Amino acid sequence: MSGQRTNSYLKIRGLTKKFGRFTALSDVELDVDEGEFVCFLGPSGCGKTTLLRAIAGLDIQTYGQIEQAGKDISDLPPSERDFGIVFQSYALFPNLTIAKNIAYGLENEGHRKSDILKRVTELLDLVGMPDQSDKYPSQLSGGQQQRVALARAIAISPGLLLLDEPLSALDAKVRVKLRGEIKDLQEKLGVTTIMVTHDQEEALTMADRIVVINEGVIEQVGTPEEIYHTPATQFVADFIGTMNFLPANAIGKAAMNDLKVRIGDIELDCDYDEQLLGKQVLASIRPEDVVVGNNHDPADRNVIEVKIDNIEFLGAFGRATLSSTQLGAVRFMADFSANLMRAEKISRGMTISVSLPSQSIRVYAI
Amino acid sequence: MTMEIVKAKTSRDDKQMLGFMLIIVCYLVVALALPLYAILSKSFKNHDGDFIGFANYLEYFSTPALTYSIQNSLTISILTMVISVTVAFILAYALNRSCMRFKSVFKVIALVPILVPSLLPGIALVYLFGQQGMIKSLLMGYEIYGPIGIVISEVFFTLPHALIIITTALSIADSRLYEAADSLKTSKIKTFFTVTLPGARYGLISAAFVVFTLTITDFGAPKVIGGGYNVLATDIYKQVVGQQNFEMGAVVSLVLLLPAAVAFFVDRLVQRKQVAVLSAKAVALEPKPNKAFDLVMLGYCLLVAVFILGILFTCQYAALVEFYPYNLTLGFTNYQFDLMDGGGWDSFYNSLELASWTAVIGTIMVFLGAYMVEKGKGFNMGRGLFQFLAMLPMAVPGLVLGLAYIFFFNSPNNPLGFLYHTMGILVISTVTHFYTVSHLTAITALKQMDREFESVAASLKAPFHRTFRKITVPVCLPAILDISIYLFVNAMTTVSAVVFLYGPHTNLASVAVLNMDDAGDIAPAAAMGMMIFYTNAVVRILHGFLTRGVLKKTQLWRIR
Amino acid sequence: MMKFKKTKKTIGTLVASLLSITAFAATELTVYTAVEAEDLKKYAARFNEDHPDININWVRDSTGIVTAKLLAEKENPKADVIWGLAATSLLLMKSEGMLEAYSPKGLDGLDDKFSDKSTPPSWVGMDAWVAAICVNTIEAEKHGLPIPSSWQDLTDSVYQNHVAMPNPNSSGTGFLDVSSWLQIFGEDDGWAFMDGLHKNIHHYTHSGSKPCKQAARGEVAIGVSFAFRGAKSKAKGAPLEIVIPSEGIGWDMEATAIVKGTNNLEAAQTLVDWSITDKANQMYNEGYAVIGKQALAKPVEHFPTNIPESMIDNDFEWAANNRKRILTEWQNRYDSKSEPKS
Repeated sequence: MSGQRTNSYLKIRGLTKKFGRFTALSDVELDVDEGEFVCFLGPSGCGKTTLLRAIAGLDIQTYGQIEQAGKDISDLPPSERDFGIVFQSYALFPNLTIAKNIAYGLENEGHRKSDILKRVTELLDLVGMPDQSDKYPSQLSGGQQQRVALARAIAISPGLLLLDEPLSALDAKVRVKLRGEIKDLQEKLGVTTIMVTHDQEEALTMADRIVVINEGVIEQVGTPEEIYHTPATQFVADFIGTMNFLPANAIGKAAMNDLKVRIGDIELDCDYDEQLLGKQVLASIRPEDVVVGNNHDPADRNVIEVKIDNIEFLGAFGRATLSSTQLGAVRFMADFSANLMRAEKISRGMTISVSLPSQSIRVYAI
Repeated sequence: MTMEIVKAKTSRDDKQMLGFMLIIVCYLVVALALPLYAILSKSFKNHDGDFIGFANYLEYFSTPALTYSIQNSLTISILTMVISVTVAFILAYALNRSCMRFKSVFKVIALVPILVPSLLPGIALVYLFGQQGMIKSLLMGYEIYGPIGIVISEVFFTLPHALIIITTALSIADSRLYEAADSLKTSKIKTFFTVTLPGARYGLISAAFVVFTLTITDFGAPKVIGGGYNVLATDIYKQVVGQQNFEMGAVVSLVLLLPAAVAFFVDRLVQRKQVAVLSAKAVALEPKPNKAFDLVMLGYCLLVAVFILGILFTCQYAALVEFYPYNLTLGFTNYQFDLMDGGGWDSFYNSLELASWTAVIGTIMVFLGAYMVEKGKGFNMGRGLFQFLAMLPMAVPGLVLGLAYIFFFNSPNNPLGFLYHTMGILVISTVTHFYTVSHLTAITALKQMDREFESVAASLKAPFHRTFRKITVPVCLPAILDISIYLFVNAMTTVSAVVFLYGPHTNLASVAVLNMDDAGDIAPAAAMGMMIFYTNAVVRILHGFLTRGVLKKTQLWRIR
Repeated sequence: MMKFKKTKKTIGTLVASLLSITAFAATELTVYTAVEAEDLKKYAARFNEDHPDININWVRDSTGIVTAKLLAEKENPKADVIWGLAATSLLLMKSEGMLEAYSPKGLDGLDDKFSDKSTPPSWVGMDAWVAAICVNTIEAEKHGLPIPSSWQDLTDSVYQNHVAMPNPNSSGTGFLDVSSWLQIFGEDDGWAFMDGLHKNIHHYTHSGSKPCKQAARGEVAIGVSFAFRGAKSKAKGAPLEIVIPSEGIGWDMEATAIVKGTNNLEAAQTLVDWSITDKANQMYNEGYAVIGKQALAKPVEHFPTNIPESMIDNDFEWAANNRKRILTEWQNRYDSKSEPKS
């Protein structure tokens, strides 16, 4: 749960932000390692941007500490912190050329003109935009503008790169292309990076670690795989990817390591916290984890006969809605690849048997 | 875990910005709040300076000759409001929703009254409809001196203000609403009443209040053409100038302050709603040609143009005629201002000086102030005070401000007393009088900038003054130029505040128009009034070229 | 130029003025005045012929405004000298203790009524400024109006809506008219007369010269104003007849005084001394028929000749003391001309 580590580059402790009576962030604890790419992910209004702005010093937290590279920066104004920032709106200075925009921070550091020119050229090459230096921002496309904004932010070699929804204003294709580029660039430079996004795909593809935030509280910190496959909370499970939630009763015997959930008439093996025993719970499984076939392991007790009520065609796969007399009114979804459907001649109305592998089932308290 | 509230360290930038803001707050306190306090306390004192409670007010409200003026002021203000808003609405409708020709010409003509003092239409009306009026018969025996003359003058004077507001309201209309109405086979007239009017309602209300405030606080028109029709604004002048009754002048001032302030606050409320309408995403409406309708609108615009240009031509003609109506030879004798009341040609040069100083100092101060209050951080109480003080001048009539300045600056205990009668006090009063509109223009321009510029600049370790110079000022340059021309033009035409403040060496052209008319030298008054117009017109044109030049040079980035 | 010619005359003065040029150049006098704007340059120039070392900064406005300004600045006076303001206004200022009493050189030569009664006097007179009726003969004929010969004539209903007069609340001339009528007719009959006149008034003006200028332009047929203004307009070719009403005419003096607290007392006294010299009186006589040294007076073109004998025995003290009462009464009776005429 906690994001605490030792010897980390950025340490956040007990951070709380209040706007009047509203608590935007509540007791946030987080550590970010040097060179790491961390994404703050969550629905809009969850507090992820507030956290980013607190790190930048743009909106100082109400309580709590922030330490960067061993230095307490909790109450420092942004100008005395060490970061570069890129906003969704690009925030390029419209009256300055691309070169001037990128040179803006360098000029403040008092470098020689020739050095600045050299560095600007280097940066333009780095973001894949040579020969554009004399254009004005309004003459560029959104993607190009964001590249310039990025170049401007890294020009001063900041210790921390902050990206506030940098891709949200862009077209879908540009977005995909640019997210690869940003990731490559970050790896090349090795700069510690925090990106705020509400787009899980972005977070999953780019981040070393994801911080899922909901209603001002960190729900889970983990690698994309951890977040996806072992969501710590029902919120995370629901927010990332698609998930079936089946109302169930937690039954079984803890001592014998024999834990089950009962859904309707059937019982499914699975693993969960013993404290849940005897309680109403939600059993969850991702649609793509549902396995088809009659030739399954006979030891597998999680096999159900189901009827295919409907198949939604989604290109590479089909999403089937399944029901079973054993389950009562409960229905759930399963994703079948196009190949499989062709091979097995799966179609609507068919009855098949499927397995819900016990390691794919996660159980949450209600 | 510590539960100590984190107090942000103020950066040097924040401190400097706060310092600048406080300087301007101090200015507004000295130039506005303290004088207003002085006039307020004066109204509760007798001639010897003793506190006498509401005695002056009781005396005022028990003097029918004085209280009639309240009724008169309200009458002409409401009449002007109805007429001016109606005329402006149809004009705006013609300019926005028809496909008639010469739209841009009419737009320019309709804005001309902004460039002349409010005394000028009154002078023209004397020549047109007075006892020796050229087209007196059009009035069918009615008297131009009095409410009719005042209302016509005020309509002339307020028309551009109403037009600007209503044009904005009409131009935000969503064409999809009209397409929907069309597809539902709604008649044109019904569409007008169910789509057009409701869409422009905030603009109309706002325009109505602006016209009302301008009229009730205007002093020029009733002075010139009011005859015996007393209004609050002329009463203040009479109490102070005629009877040296400063206490009663203060009382009438506060009586005048009340409706002006109420109108102002209602307008602010409405404006806020208008902004909400504005921010909605709409598809711009493209008018479709309709021969009959376009022709009618063209005819209407011609009428309005004839009205406006007629007033100007009459004044120019009056200025050139030797001795109307007995000697109609043309010449320049009426331009011998040095032989007249009002300070002669010097007053004209003084006005140029005042207008230039006001434009330069006012623009710098207003824009800096707006920047500090908009982009600075912390000290929210001071920020709130600033916003309040910046909005206040709009609610304070110029005459009231001028009188307040006498009380405040000419008090023997005031260390700023040396400013009295100098160009300095004229500049201060004019900048203050026209602060609000300039401030709002600056704030709007600043708000349109990406609010993250400052964050980015801070992350790039740029001091605020560098970003201000390199980014903010260039990006806002068109707005800055607009503020300066607004201040210049108004400093040339304003009479109300400065009429109490000019000194032996600081006579002003606009006041000279007033004084020459007052002394019966109406032709020279017209001549001087036209000098003001030509000056403003030339400056306006120069401003146009300058803006275009600046845009071309520094704002290449605007062109895609 | 002028200075050059003068210095040429005597080498002695040349040397003297060269030696003292720095000392002299420094004296600037701020002089408040209600003298007609077109005369100001002349007044200053004539004075400078004798005293090139004193520079006059004029603050010119109508009587009401100058009076108001002076009173407003009571605590903190800006003026050094008042040269050419109604004696009634100066009396008001005297009672407020704003004037520096001074007995100028040559005071004996001045007619008695042309100086303040106190010794030393707080003010000294320059010339008399008399009420008169300006009648536009063309307009009068057009509307069939007989030329009035008395104040009482003006109450005749034939003149209805053809008369303009200054509002006494803002105009010194207006107050002069009203206070003189009250003296000519007595308090009750005076107000009765004004009631009658009010019925014929087309409008009241803020300034005293405006009714006559309006009559000159035919904007009204008859303007109650003052003789000097009428003569000026007539000289410019206006079809005016200047009537001195038979009951007698009110008058006021233009007078000169030193403002208490001036930093330039010596120069101020020099100016006041000069203001009653023969030369100054002859200068006043170019525009005014009645002057402080009446013995020097010559007839003025376009001016009626019967002015001195028509002037009433004006009681300035009475007028000044009753000013507020009279104005309030007047305002209550007539200032609501705002109501539509019925």
